[in-house]
Amino acid sequence: MNIAVCIKQVPDSDKVTIDRETNRLNRTGVPSVINPFDENAIELGLQLKDKHGGKVTVITMGPPQAEQALRDCIAVGADEAYLITDRKFAGADTWATSYTLSLAVQKAGDFDVVLFGKQAIDGDTAQVGPGVAYFMDIPVITYVKEVEKTETGFKVKRVTEEGYQLWEVDGKAAFTVVKEANTMRLPSLKGKMRAKSATITTWGADDIGAEEEKIGLKGSPTIVRKVFSPPIKTNREIIENEDPKQSVKELLGKLKERKIL
Amino acid sequence: MEYFLTDEQKMIVELSRKITNEFIIPDRARLDQEEIFPTEILKKIADADLYGLYIPEAYGGFGGGVMDFILAVEEFSRGCIGVSVSFAANALGIYPVLAFGTEEQKQKYLPAIAAGTSQAAFGLTEANAGSDAGGVQTTAELKGDHYILNGTKQWITNGGEADTYTIIAMTDKAKGARGASAFIVEKGTEGFTFGKKEDKLGIRASATRELVFQDCKIPKANLLGKEGQGFIVAMKNLDHSRPGIAAQGVGLAQGAMDAAVKYSRERVQFGKPISAFQANQHKIANMATEIEAARCLLYQTARTIDAGIKDFSQESAMCKLYATDVANKVANEALQIFGGYGYMREYPVEKMFRDAKILQIYEGTNEIQRNVIALDAIKKSAKQDR
Repeated sequence: MNIAVCIKQVPDSDKVTIDRETNRLNRTGVPSVINPFDENAIELGLQLKDKHGGKVTVITMGPPQAEQALRDCIAVGADEAYLITDRKFAGADTWATSYTLSLAVQKAGDFDVVLFGKQAIDGDTAQVGPGVAYFMDIPVITYVKEVEKTETGFKVKRVTEEGYQLWEVDGKAAFTVVKEANTMRLPSLKGKMRAKSATITTWGADDIGAEEEKIGLKGSPTIVRKVFSPPIKTNREIIENEDPKQSVKELLGKLKERKIL
Repeated sequence: MEYFLTDEQKMIVELSRKITNEFIIPDRARLDQEEIFPTEILKKIADADLYGLYIPEAYGGFGGGVMDFILAVEEFSRGCIGVSVSFAANALGIYPVLAFGTEEQKQKYLPAIAAGTSQAAFGLTEANAGSDAGGVQTTAELKGDHYILNGTKQWITNGGEADTYTIIAMTDKAKGARGASAFIVEKGTEGFTFGKKEDKLGIRASATRELVFQDCKIPKANLLGKEGQGFIVAMKNLDHSRPGIAAQGVGLAQGAMDAAVKYSRERVQFGKPISAFQANQHKIANMATEIEAARCLLYQTARTIDAGIKDFSQESAMCKLYATDVANKVANEALQIFGGYGYMREYPVEKMFRDAKILQIYEGTNEIQRNVIALDAIKKSAKQDR
């Protein structure tokens, strides 16, 4: 099976703070990691390869230092890696990113399945996976937990708020993967050594044949009106009793006390 | 301190640290309290390719040496030496095959250990023999194409869990230590059974059992080296493995100190964190200095062995002695910094304090190490007089 996994390098969220004055992320000195949800996509890809054979190719669009994230993927077992980087890509929103990535994926190979994390923890849009599928003109199933290969395509379990749905898809497809799917395996010493010396193919806008007006800031219709941290809700209280009648009584008392009732 | 590790060695440290932080530390209290052998953690270590660090590439290993191995042991020991000894005992069990085995024996046993699909153990100690290896009473009698083993080995680390055992037994009792030979015995061989798991003060995650041989018949081909070489096999094996125990000492001490320093910054008394008190600062200073000194001695010994220097008994004994004495001192001081909390099972130093003691006992008590070191110094002096 020929598997592609699109990943993003993001700041390690455990170590990021928000500047209360400017409402921007304090990014300096914060280490970068593979987007946590993308780890689930990588693991799913590796499991498919373990089961059916084939190759896992990882692709990322980002600054030159995103190469490290690709090497980390090779350390856990990915076979090939592509870094899509160009100054012309700067300022890309999810639309322009999806367009750019779709060209890179199509140039990198003929894939049976293209995997994504369900969303990136920095932007949280969850749009790029479906976006790439749109530009590639292949079906996409989001929030996927399990994938099973069938004779003609795939059978997948898609997580919803209430439970899950079963979907079947014929031919090539894209999936965005949820956290519940798996935990990424540890790298091995041999993998790490391979990652260190592996060749990472680097492509710019011209290499993938991108149209100038569709990439970077120019190709991005999104306008950010405002960035802010939402107010933190405080004073939450859970009233818990063996007898719900007692809880209701207490709740009414509290509401009356505050003159809400 | 800059130890000029190679890129590969840095990777070994990084991987071992990840396993320690993500799997050993979160689970160590449970493994200790319930005396659970750390099978799942050992599997993670195997999957990370760390089982074969010291095994040549030709047998599926990494092709490294003692230095590569002790870096991993040190990291695991920062978390739990019950786990790290279960890992390290494989080296003790299989090194005799690596050093004295025939090509057939190497081909047969090394790849499975390198892959971590098989575990090993070393059986020397008996009720009346340990450091006094000449007192071994287990016998091996040659009958046709087989040796017949009879006797009982005691306190064998990985006993019952391991698949491959290196056993020291007497082939000629009349010759004393020179009548001992080394054998490979596989788990499942008829006449080879295990005693109950020992209930220990510390390293409770590790398995310690008796090995019982009752007319246990093993093929002649399982003799390691030559008849009469058993004592040399045992001594060389211990010389080679003592840095592993030193690494356990350095790792345990580092783990205890890290916990104590962190706690001293958080614990407030008399309006100040207790790290502000000089009494504690001096404890921290002593711990940090002695740990680093132990690490220097350990790394330099490991590199000496890897460089192919022939006689390293003294260095090997020195690093074991020093690092494990430091480990006990540091565990004691770290617990003192924690005060009453340190005595409680909720905090990790209580376990480290219990665990540390074995380091001064196994693979030769520290008194035996001092004998080795002193004899070496006296011999050198006598040589100069000649």
